[in-house]
Amino acid sequence: MMDTVDRAIINTLQEGFPVCDQPFAKVAGMLSLTESELTTRLQALLDEGVLNRFGPLFHTERMGGCVTLAAMKIPKSYLHSVIRVINGFPEVAHNYERTHEFNIWFVIAAETLAAIDDVIAGIEQRTGFIVYNMPKEREYFVGLKFKV
Amino acid sequence: MVASISVVEDLCGESDDSSFVDPVDRAIIVETQGGLPLVSKPYHAVAIKLGLSAEVVMERIRAMQRSGAIRRIGAIPNHFALGYKANGMAVWDVVDEQVDALGHQIGRLDFVSHCYRRPRYLPEWPYNFFVMVHGQSHPEVEKKIEEISHILGADCRANDVLYSTRILKKTGIRLK
Repeated sequence: MMDTVDRAIINTLQEGFPVCDQPFAKVAGMLSLTESELTTRLQALLDEGVLNRFGPLFHTERMGGCVTLAAMKIPKSYLHSVIRVINGFPEVAHNYERTHEFNIWFVIAAETLAAIDDVIAGIEQRTGFIVYNMPKEREYFVGLKFKV
Repeated sequence: MVASISVVEDLCGESDDSSFVDPVDRAIIVETQGGLPLVSKPYHAVAIKLGLSAEVVMERIRAMQRSGAIRRIGAIPNHFALGYKANGMAVWDVVDEQVDALGHQIGRLDFVSHCYRRPRYLPEWPYNFFVMVHGQSHPEVEKKIEEISHILGADCRANDVLYSTRILKKTGIRLK
C-alpha cells in the first residue's frame, strides 16, 4: 500500500526530473529523504505496477516516428479472432475495447507513414473488416498529472 | 504546476523526412525508452553503456527537452493503480471554424490528459474532437464531460463517451 511518502514521491516526480550528475540526491533533498530511500521506494512502486515507467516521455513524431489512432466495428462473434490479428502486429502499441459500436481502438506506431498504411492494409486483408484511420490533425494538449 | 499547452502540427503528415533524430539522439532514446536506471548517477550509467561522456548525454537530453522530442522526464503512473478506474474517451462534433480555439481552451482543464482534433467518417462517425477524461467513477467522469460540453456550447452538434472495458494490449511505443 502507498503511504504519504509514496504519494509525495509520485506527485513530485510527475513534475519533472533534473538533468544533472546526481538527480536522485537532488529530488530526495526536496522530499527530506536520502537518495537510497528514494530509489528503493521508486523501485517498489515500479515493481507493484503503480508506476508504468520512470524516465523520459518522448514525443513520438518529434523523435522521428509516426503514430495514429485506429478504430474498428467488430461484431461480438468475430472479436476474439480479430483482436488476435491486431495484437499480432508489433507496431500496435496499445489496444482497448470500448463501449460503442466502434468497439476496438488501437494505436499504431511506426517509423514511417507507409509502414502504418501497411499495418492497416494487413489488418483489413486478414480480418475482412474496415480499419478507420483517425490520425490526429491537431494536438491541443497531452500530459495529465494524476494527483494522489 | 500546470503543464504548458503543447500545440504541435502533425509533423508526420507534413514531412517525408521522418528521420530527423540523429544517430546519437537515437541511441539515447533506445537506451532510455524503457526507463532510466535507478542509480545515483543515471545519466553517467547511460553514457557508459553508449560509450559517450556523461556531459554529452546530458546535453543531448536537454536539447531534446528544448526541441520537444522529450515531453518530460519523470514518473509515468498507471492510472488504474492510482484509483482512476473510469477512463472515458469523450468525443464531440464541433464546428470546424471553432474547434481549434475551443481545443486550446479545453486542453487547459486540469482533468484532461489528451485533447486532439481527428478526422470524421460521415455518416458513421461524426466526431472530430477527442478528449480523454479520467476519474474515480463514471458519474465523476460524466460531470467533467458536462463541464466540457458547457464550454463547447452551441458550437457542438453531438457528443458521446466511450469507456474502456478491457485493455487488449499495452506494450507502449518503442523504437527498434
